[in-house]
Amino acid sequence: MASFPVSFDLPTIWAFVIAFAIFAYVVMDGFDLGIGILFPTLQVGHERDAAMNSIAPVWDGNETWLVLGGGGLMAAFPLAFAIIMPAIYAPIIAMLLALVFRGVAFEFRWRDPAHRPLWDIAFAAGSTIAAFAQGVALGALLQGVIISGRNYGGGWWDWATPFTMLTGISVVIGYALLGATWLIMRTEFSLQQHAYRYAQVLGIATVICIIAVSAATPFLSNAYYQRWFAWPSILIAAQVPLLVAIFIYLFFRSLNRGDHALPFLLALGLFLLNFIGLGISIYPHIVPNQITIWEAAAPRGSQMFMLVGAAVLIPIILAYTAYAYWVFRGKVGAEGYH
Amino acid sequence: MFDQFDAIFLARLQFAFTVSFHFIFPAFSIGLASYLAVLEALWLWTGREVFLTLFKYWLKIFAIAFAMGVVSGIVMSYQFGTNWAVFSDKAGPVIGPLMAYEVMTAFFLEAGFLGVMLFGMNKVGRTLHFVATLAVATGTFISAFWILSANSWMQTPAGYGINEAGQFIAQDWLKVIFNPSFPYRLVHTVIAAYLTTSLVVGATGAWHLLRDRDNEGARVMFSMAMWMAAIAAPVQILVGDAHGLNTLEHQPAKVMAMEGHYQSHPDGAPLILFGLPDQNAASVRYQIAIPKASSLILKHSLDAPLAGLDTVPRENWPPVPVVFWSFRIMVGLGMLMLLLGVVSLIARMRGSLYEWKPLHRFAIAMGPSGFVAVIAGWVTTEVGRQPFTVYGLLRTVQSASPLDAPAVAASLIAFIIVYFAVFGAGVWYILRLLSHAPHRGESGIEGAPTRTAGITPIQQTDGPSPSGAFR
Repeated sequence: MASFPVSFDLPTIWAFVIAFAIFAYVVMDGFDLGIGILFPTLQVGHERDAAMNSIAPVWDGNETWLVLGGGGLMAAFPLAFAIIMPAIYAPIIAMLLALVFRGVAFEFRWRDPAHRPLWDIAFAAGSTIAAFAQGVALGALLQGVIISGRNYGGGWWDWATPFTMLTGISVVIGYALLGATWLIMRTEFSLQQHAYRYAQVLGIATVICIIAVSAATPFLSNAYYQRWFAWPSILIAAQVPLLVAIFIYLFFRSLNRGDHALPFLLALGLFLLNFIGLGISIYPHIVPNQITIWEAAAPRGSQMFMLVGAAVLIPIILAYTAYAYWVFRGKVGAEGYH
Repeated sequence: MFDQFDAIFLARLQFAFTVSFHFIFPAFSIGLASYLAVLEALWLWTGREVFLTLFKYWLKIFAIAFAMGVVSGIVMSYQFGTNWAVFSDKAGPVIGPLMAYEVMTAFFLEAGFLGVMLFGMNKVGRTLHFVATLAVATGTFISAFWILSANSWMQTPAGYGINEAGQFIAQDWLKVIFNPSFPYRLVHTVIAAYLTTSLVVGATGAWHLLRDRDNEGARVMFSMAMWMAAIAAPVQILVGDAHGLNTLEHQPAKVMAMEGHYQSHPDGAPLILFGLPDQNAASVRYQIAIPKASSLILKHSLDAPLAGLDTVPRENWPPVPVVFWSFRIMVGLGMLMLLLGVVSLIARMRGSLYEWKPLHRFAIAMGPSGFVAVIAGWVTTEVGRQPFTVYGLLRTVQSASPLDAPAVAASLIAFIIVYFAVFGAGVWYILRLLSHAPHRGESGIEGAPTRTAGITPIQQTDGPSPSGAFR
């Protein structure tokens, strides 16, 4: 298989596949983590149950993208996986433990009404910590990690800086925005009205976060600065903030017009633009400023072997994931009928 | 150097702890998913209500076990990077793709159809719902296929080369996937999962038969489980024997540790039934042994010579006491399972399957034995692979992340606390569900009997509610 004649660049393709998996994760698990983040603000009873019901059938599939992102990184870019994971050891462990709490809460809160408040806390805290840890992990990667040989060479608290706190909080706020707009789309009556208000506030907070992170990132390293401000790359890079501004305008307009689905889709659009911005900062590195996707790439045979499967399987996965969403489409009512 | 060792030992403890905890859930859910598919098929085929009752009854259990399996499984996939970074760098190009295929062919399949299986019967109809159940059951098997292939490659690496960066690279993927120990390990593990599930189902049936021998659901589940035990236990022993012979061929040191053979036996090795292996003295103290029986089992000849650990460099010895004892626990429980199967057949022939209380009590006692046996077997094969991660090629001490011991210790403590609290609660909920006898009109996944009107889950306005699915 390794000798199969291919003229395209496998590491680039895999970089896009991994990026796709990570973005698919953000799109799908972002809103359901967001609902967990908003959970304490929802009324005990109908509101919480409706919010939970709207994601119960799909959360497991959503989190599988996280496994594909991590597993795919190990398989396609093992060197990057080996350096990045120890570098963000504490946030990753915190995220994993937080996901344990929130994952089991889906089942446990139904099974144990006497302790439901406790599992609601587990769900909310787990979701919030997982989101925060993901933001911290991203920030830690962006601010750079110390490498020694083929290993991580820094300490186990290197990730903890003001910048990573900022990125952590930003992801929490961003996911909460996705959660609020998801509730607008999927619920009715009082819960939907609450969600509109949350989306308004969170929309503003998200804009502040985007500005803050965007302002801080180029000054983390000279390379980022070059990407964003040097001539002529600024011609391309500048389109991203422009589009972000347009999307923000459209987002608030759709909120004020009372659209149902559009706020969620525009919030996702904002995430996509930020994700592209991230790509502009990093690409073609996979460990920012240090290791390129070609240096970290698994041997050609490994990437080719997986690509054959991914090319066939990922479209199939997307098809039946879409089917699962389709089965559970429509409004989740705010009133119980029985 | 000492610090380094400490961090590695802690990382090994952490992996052993998290993987053992994790393995409990798939060992149960692989079998249970298949059992649910069989129950639903029987219901669709015969129309007998009892099969639907049992389907709903076990579906609630499955939902909890599966959720715990998912969240503890995510931990595993990331732990390769956090704690075993050098291993990930070196072996990632070979076992990474196998795990990526597991995600793409199994995890998404399970997760994608789980929602339909749990909540969707009224939304998609019986046939599509059955397809979803089959998809989940198939997914659990495919998952076992890939992860056991990856594990087996670490035990018996094949089809690989090593590049200039020191990474393993695949030269022949078919040889990598179907490496020498894989077929045996796959069959042995999947049967173990079926046995584990049948013992839990059997114990549950027996528990309720002791209280009400006329409960139709309890009778049917007990009968089905005892059939499974009677068929799978003897098959498992034969498969285990074949697996052992395969191990003898490819990982002789592991078999030496299982047998407690520190010394070579040129004219027939004894079968050590019990004893206290002393790694430092390289001998098994207080041993009770059957002369030449080990050679008979492993070589099918009383006088066949068997090499001992004295033929293996000491730095390549696995820790014999652990492997020795975990192997005996597994085999001993396997024999008890066989006994349960045989006794149930006798009771069936005598027509007293549903009345004979000693059998029911025996079945209850054996309820958790599958989990213990599965963990013991896993310990045998994993600890028996030591001191290597990739057998004979990559040492465990050379596989770990460059982490400080406090970092690993802190995360290990966090895992222990969280796992015992969270999964302890989950097991408690499962036991509580099992304590209710199956009954006609068994509630569905969203309609637990404890749920009152005020906390009834919400209906979807465009169709029947998830909560109505199984009412």
